[in-house]
Amino acid sequence: MREKGANSNYWGSLLEGIQTTIGGLKLTLKHLWEARKQKPAHYVNQEDYFDFNKGIVTLQYPFETLPIPDNGRYRLYNEIDDCIVCDKCAKICPVNCIDIEAIKATEEIGKTSDGTPKRLYAAKFDIDMAKCCYCGLCTTVCPTECLTMTKVYDYSEEQVEDMNYHFSDLSPEEALEKMNLLELFLKEKEEAKKKAATEKKAATTSPTTKKKLVFKPKVKKSEEQVENKEQQTTEETANKVAKAKPKFRPKVKTKSTEEEKKATDVSSEEPSSKAKPKFRPKIKTKQPKEIEAQKEEEKEQPEKATKPKFRPKIKTKTPKKDDDKQPPENL
Amino acid sequence: MEILTPFFTLGAYLSLTLGLIVITFYLERKLAAFVQDRLGPMEVGWYGILQPVADLLKLLQKEDIVPTQADRKLFLLAPLIIFPFILAGLAVLPLTPTFQASGTSIGVFFLLAIVSIDVLGLLMAGWASNSKFPLYGAMRAVAQIVSYEVPLGLSVLCVVMISQTLDLRLIGLQQGLYTPEANYLVGIKALGVEVTHIGGILSWNIVRMPFLFITFIIFYIASLAECNRAPFDIPEGESEIIGGFHTEYSGFRFALFFLAEYAMMVLVCLLGVILFLGAWNTPLPNIGNVKLADWTTGQLGTWYGNTMAIFWLASKTILLLALQVIIRWTYPRLRVDQLMHLCWKVLTPILLFILLLCGVWRLWMV
Ligand code: SF4
Ligand code: SF4
Repeated sequence: MREKGANSNYWGSLLEGIQTTIGGLKLTLKHLWEARKQKPAHYVNQEDYFDFNKGIVTLQYPFETLPIPDNGRYRLYNEIDDCIVCDKCAKICPVNCIDIEAIKATEEIGKTSDGTPKRLYAAKFDIDMAKCCYCGLCTTVCPTECLTMTKVYDYSEEQVEDMNYHFSDLSPEEALEKMNLLELFLKEKEEAKKKAATEKKAATTSPTTKKKLVFKPKVKKSEEQVENKEQQTTEETANKVAKAKPKFRPKVKTKSTEEEKKATDVSSEEPSSKAKPKFRPKIKTKQPKEIEAQKEEEKEQPEKATKPKFRPKIKTKTPKKDDDKQPPENL
Repeated sequence: MEILTPFFTLGAYLSLTLGLIVITFYLERKLAAFVQDRLGPMEVGWYGILQPVADLLKLLQKEDIVPTQADRKLFLLAPLIIFPFILAGLAVLPLTPTFQASGTSIGVFFLLAIVSIDVLGLLMAGWASNSKFPLYGAMRAVAQIVSYEVPLGLSVLCVVMISQTLDLRLIGLQQGLYTPEANYLVGIKALGVEVTHIGGILSWNIVRMPFLFITFIIFYIASLAECNRAPFDIPEGESEIIGGFHTEYSGFRFALFFLAEYAMMVLVCLLGVILFLGAWNTPLPNIGNVKLADWTTGQLGTWYGNTMAIFWLASKTILLLALQVIIRWTYPRLRVDQLMHLCWKVLTPILLFILLLCGVWRLWMV
């Protein structure tokens, strides 16, 4: 009776039938008995993880959850106070799920918690988690480490729009106000430049003054850098976080200097928009049209007139997106 | 009072049956879960204890659909036929030594007869649905139930032979302290060990005639087939013919089929307990001065006696029901040919042999 079906006669199969029936019942009764125990919600790296191979394995999910690894990739979170709106995350994102609209500030708004100066408002900082593929590229590229993956993974929504997370802390009205401020500021610059130009015509010594205008901010920035370094060193000595910070600090520094250069570029652009004709034409060629359009709209809808002021930035992006989208459409 | 008695009796029987059905519902889900290393229902009430209520409420809310091509009258009638007949079968079962809805002296006979009408309901349902799967299911059900009536009837006959009565109340009484005739160890008078006053498990039918234990197992297998339980659920084999005879049913009528199936389970388990496992009698024997049997039986007809009787009957029945559930989650479904092989070539011959043995045993008992 050892071999299965060895005795395929009447008594042999009867006996085998009884034996296997009892064997089956024993197995289920064993599991029933072991159901007294319950496998705990342990993560796989816990030492005793493999000791619980008996008993109930059910995890009552919303009430019990498995621990999450520290470096897991789940929902993104942006600490907007630390965001310098550099747009790097949006650029690197392979699925274009980060949507940023920046408004230039007329002056430095403040500093992030690691000392990087903020010069842009985020009128819009949306991350569409429905599109996100959790590659984590945006978090690694973020210079201020403000964009992070949290441990939240259960955030399903009934409406797919609700998966689009808004991190901007500017209300539309505030954004409008900032835009107006920028507009005013730019106009003033423009007028100042015109004046300067007229003065230039009058007195031919203008180039030197212009250069000074251009370079002065840089000097200021370098001073700021020194300040930053001082701050950092004091922070490093003082804070507990200092242990972790030195590792990524260098990156921050290199980036921050880059950005400051950028920022200086920006700031240098601002006063001398005419001085750098190579960049401007692109923007300007659009701007005049839009300004005309704006003016037309302004006539019709004076209240909405401010909206087109966003557009230059939207449009500079949207053409890219359209470019991205068009090929598949053509295909 | 006299007028109210029938209602009281009906109420008692219905509540006991429905109570056992609900417990089986719950056991079904929980034991299935435990056997499969799951937790089962946990949300509705403490440890999902209200799950059967939720299930039934859900079923009652559903639309009652009648297929346009179905034979409307039969279709609507079929589920209503099954449940009353099973309840009628329950009527002859004594719940306590003194409480019985129908004290007929041919209880066993009546029970086997009335339960067979169940098949009629299944056939009606399958035929009236006018669809191939229900018809297949009904045919299978009829073939299976009619076949398994034979081992079921033979196993009951074994007990009747030992007890020399068709009265279920008397069969129950014989297996306890209040037996009308003296009980001897394993039923043989020549051994000279009288166990009438020891009672307990020693006076149960499966000990009074040890071969009745085999009969009991065969009875249990046959009863599984009678109520279409796994592994004999070919009439409603989901993987082959969807739901069998109740494929086209929905809502309340489906719930009735469901209830009837569970009522049938309760009925056969109750019958098994009464015939083989000492009915309402305690399993604890009197040992010397420790009168365990006396203490757990009480006096006939008293409140305590009745309560204990109900308790023992219900707990034994629940044990058998739980075993039915565990068996469902243990064995795969039999093929039709295996089913018939088991019935006609295995169970029936064994029972015929035991029947002969029972006759001989009965001669030794007196
Ligand atoms: S994780 Fe990847 S896909 Fe998601 S937002 Fe960041 S870069 Fe885009
Ligand atoms: S990369 Fe970081 S700092 Fe730059 S915009 Fe994105 S979140 Fe802000």
